[in-house]
Amino acid sequence: MKFLVFLEHYEGKLEKGGLGVLGKAASLGEAIGAVIGPAASAAAARAGAFGASKVYALEDENLAPLPQPRIDALEELVSVTSADAVLFGASVLSADVAAGLAARLDAGLNWDLTDLELRDGELVGKRPALGDTVMVDVGWRESPRIALIRAGTFDPVESGGAADVEAFEKSYSDFSTLAALIGQTVEATSGPSIEEADIIVAGGRGLGSPEAFSLLEELAAALGGAVGATRAVVDAGWYPYSTQVGQTGKTVSPKLYIACGISGAIQHKVGMQGAGTIIAINKDPNAPIFDFCDVGVVGDLHQIVPKLTELVRASRA
Amino acid sequence: MKIAVCVKHVPDATVHKRIDPGTKRLDRSGEAAINPTDLNAVEEALRIKEAQGGEVVLVTLGPQKAADSLRKALAMGADRSVLVTDDAAAGSDLLGTSRVLAAALGREAPDLVLFGQASSDGDGAVLWAAVADRLRRPLVSQVASLTVDAGTVTGKRQTEHGYDVISAPLPAIVAVSDAINEPRYPSLKGIMGAKTKPQETLSLAEIGLTPDAVGDASAKTTVLDIGPPPSRGDQVKIEDDGSAAQRILDLILDRRLL
Repeated sequence: MKFLVFLEHYEGKLEKGGLGVLGKAASLGEAIGAVIGPAASAAAARAGAFGASKVYALEDENLAPLPQPRIDALEELVSVTSADAVLFGASVLSADVAAGLAARLDAGLNWDLTDLELRDGELVGKRPALGDTVMVDVGWRESPRIALIRAGTFDPVESGGAADVEAFEKSYSDFSTLAALIGQTVEATSGPSIEEADIIVAGGRGLGSPEAFSLLEELAAALGGAVGATRAVVDAGWYPYSTQVGQTGKTVSPKLYIACGISGAIQHKVGMQGAGTIIAINKDPNAPIFDFCDVGVVGDLHQIVPKLTELVRASRA
Repeated sequence: MKIAVCVKHVPDATVHKRIDPGTKRLDRSGEAAINPTDLNAVEEALRIKEAQGGEVVLVTLGPQKAADSLRKALAMGADRSVLVTDDAAAGSDLLGTSRVLAAALGREAPDLVLFGQASSDGDGAVLWAAVADRLRRPLVSQVASLTVDAGTVTGKRQTEHGYDVISAPLPAIVAVSDAINEPRYPSLKGIMGAKTKPQETLSLAEIGLTPDAVGDASAKTTVLDIGPPPSRGDQVKIEDDGSAAQRILDLILDRRLL
């Protein structure tokens, strides 16, 4: 099966989400990458090492990080490559590209997939549904198949290969360039970003006050991790939006996620359930987070977190 | 300014959701309500109308009883509603649903179309981009604050890296984030008034669609099987007796997470 994988890039670097999906595609068949936007060619060259046999690069210095021109470009590439399936690692941008492309091509889109497999030569997606209480196997009736993979599902695998990079051009539809970028705010935080961190210590309303985030910052620093936050505390202004984990924030998949004073609303859950090990500390024994963590601690985080920080420091000294 | 808000009638948050093993579709027979995050879109539409005048029209595809859900949004202050309902629409995937909404919106020709963040039943946040493509309108999604001025809509779009400020000429499609506002509760006057507001019900034929363009007939995706989710493995729950911090550290070291 021939896969076309949309590879998102930011500041010249390919994003982990797309690269992880690329590796999965390469394990199932032929994986062709697509990189679209500023500095696309330079970024595209890296994709060979992550499983791409070929990468198409549409170089456009002035292209804003918006979906519609990318739908035009991918429409062209689906035609050029006769790909059987177009895959996306979910992000704010790629979800819109995938859905727009589905409408454009009259192609089936399955989203929020956590795995892909070939069953008798047919592509099958796995999709957790109803708050992850059931697992649904989904398929496509015809080609091209479009799939949006839940963020953080596949880790990029560096295989050391090389790919041909071919430049391509596409003129955009008249309506695709009407939306324009007129300003940008990049939120900076210290330490590793939550997308990159192997360990995340996250806080919710149960912290009681914005000041209590300092407890989490100390623990995160001791563990070499990053601090995350729930929507409730970001909305309340306790912590910056760039650290927000959840449906309206980031989806993360660290090796270890320590949830402190987080009840575990579905909004938050969808952003962190891909973590390897989840430890939850909450004083409410009935908090929903205890249903999907590996270790649940019923207790006062204001006692436990500083003590844990001391123990971590001692063990690493 | 004419604003259309796309809303969805979903099983109520308090209903235990299940998938019908026969049809492999979500069982929608129980109590239902408007998808909670759609109310953010309704609220935003009302604020624009209150500032600049105009009309707010609710547009939905759903069963006949979706009319009850629509009444709640009418009670918030929307002017009227359009419900497309047709047995042939059952089993629509993204393609059929976006086709119906695009046709219904095309008939209304609004200046601005608003969507809420994601529906609570399908988990997807994909519909607006498909509708924007069908209507060939500019799209701004994940919008945390919105201004509409002199034929231009400007939105602050939340991304993984911060905020992008995006502007687009009207007519445009905008999907708002649930961080954009706090939806109002309907007043008693609003609730009483909603009963007499125009609620239009349309068939597929009335919006110019044939049965094969929607529903299961048009779907390009299928549900093959439904099973239990993978287990997270053994869960441990401990009450802190002063030793919790040590036990957490032991686990972290044991699993070589440091």
